[in-house]
Amino acid sequence: MSGFKRKVAIVGIGETEVGKVPHLSPMQFHAIPALKALEDAGLTKNDIDGVLTRGSHTEDFAMHSAVFAEYMGITPRYTAKIHLGGATSCAMVHHAASAVAAGLCDTVLIASGDKRLSGLTRERVVAQAADYGHPQFEAPYGSLMVGMYALAARRHMHVYGTTPEQLAAVAVTERRHAQLHGGAQKMDPLTIEDVLSSRMVADPLHASDCCLISDGGAAIVVTTAERARDLKQKPIYILGAGEGSTHEHISQAADLTVCGARFAGETAFAMAGVKPSDIDTAMLYDCFTIVVLMLLEDLGFCAKGEAGAFVQGGGIALGGQLPVNTHGGMLSHSAPGYANGIFHLTEAVKQLRGQAAGRQVPDAELALVHGNGGMLSTHAAVILGAH
Amino acid sequence: MADAKKPIPVPNEDSMEYWAGCREGRLMLQQCEACGHVRFYPRILCTACGKTDTRWIQASGKGTVYTYTVVHRAPSAAFKEDVPYVLALVELDEGPRMMTNLVDTGDRKLEIGMPVSVVFEKMSDEISVPKFKPAGEP
Repeated sequence: MSGFKRKVAIVGIGETEVGKVPHLSPMQFHAIPALKALEDAGLTKNDIDGVLTRGSHTEDFAMHSAVFAEYMGITPRYTAKIHLGGATSCAMVHHAASAVAAGLCDTVLIASGDKRLSGLTRERVVAQAADYGHPQFEAPYGSLMVGMYALAARRHMHVYGTTPEQLAAVAVTERRHAQLHGGAQKMDPLTIEDVLSSRMVADPLHASDCCLISDGGAAIVVTTAERARDLKQKPIYILGAGEGSTHEHISQAADLTVCGARFAGETAFAMAGVKPSDIDTAMLYDCFTIVVLMLLEDLGFCAKGEAGAFVQGGGIALGGQLPVNTHGGMLSHSAPGYANGIFHLTEAVKQLRGQAAGRQVPDAELALVHGNGGMLSTHAAVILGAH
Repeated sequence: MADAKKPIPVPNEDSMEYWAGCREGRLMLQQCEACGHVRFYPRILCTACGKTDTRWIQASGKGTVYTYTVVHRAPSAAFKEDVPYVLALVELDEGPRMMTNLVDTGDRKLEIGMPVSVVFEKMSDEISVPKFKPAGEP
């Protein structure tokens, strides 16, 4: 499988501030990071001939990518609005790399932003969160999203002996990373005891096992490796990518303790020609703490059932065997709705460029980024390299 | 939101026999005539072999708890009076898994693998939804 290995690179990234950012419009959450990413790359919007977006909860145009291109004054040869839930951000990199490698376009702008914290009423946030189960076969039972992830957490605990303390250790580790980042939404101290004593939402998941609700946006510029060599930043190569979709509704999942990340990861690793033990840092989708444990296992970083102990032993902390979510992830950095996961990508690029300041993983050369969408349903893995 | 109603299923061309069964207190599943695979939710093809020849069978209504969670925060105002409630996946004796609520659990300790049996809860004249209670309960 040759894929687009060594053919495509990320050459620009841009981010807005995150947390409560009421002074930006939903489209500005796309345009501001886009302009920053172009500046970062040393390009202008007139260099862009591919545009990928997802849209935002607050302003979700049916043809969002075309509206965004129009707003920016870009006339792309290749554009799409992609919706795979939390797998969208990584899937957009997959699509961009595929399009560039196939010669469909030269330079793709990926922009994803949302105004989920200050742009929606509490009622709309709750109503949207409730709107996930199958309308006939799940929703009548009160199938809230955290409840459906709790079903997976309970099963993992039953089969592998995973504990609430091990789940909490994910949130605590990421909070420490967020403190080192300095620009995260939540940076107050968090202990295992704090997580376990936070409000129980759906047993065994507490409030602090759940990701934040945020405003924020980020953008990424992808182009050919050839062109990347002449641009401002050190190119970060897209070495491999893969997707895996096993179901949408959790009642249709074949196994609640193994997810499609296994297939997505296998494809990405095969394309990149590397193995899990080669990866220096991983940015793993973390809508709920249980997901990080499942991804560590299904992507091959831990044997099945051993991720809880790995996390509890400091394995995902900075200084550990595999630092994970060094920006604080969605549990502490930000979780801007439809843009969830885009900051995992920009953080990986910073790590590989050596621009991660006080949270830099020493000599980071290979990073894996993974997005999980729906109810452990859609998966996209991207492997990035400094060389 | 105070007058919010729980989402009531709207039967369609795939599911009308299923909901008709529920209305009469029968849990109906589809079985593939070609390979024998039993599936849920209802649809036009067998998810195992892809064939479309299908018969409807009445399920025993018995199964075991595959996983569950006790929900403490209502997803909408309509569920506020229900919390805490038990959201569960039940594996039917016929094979398929379905989402449901565990009801009438009393003082029973909830656990994965516990045997349960179906009861039907009326939501409207047309719709009754299958829920499950611990098997062997008086």
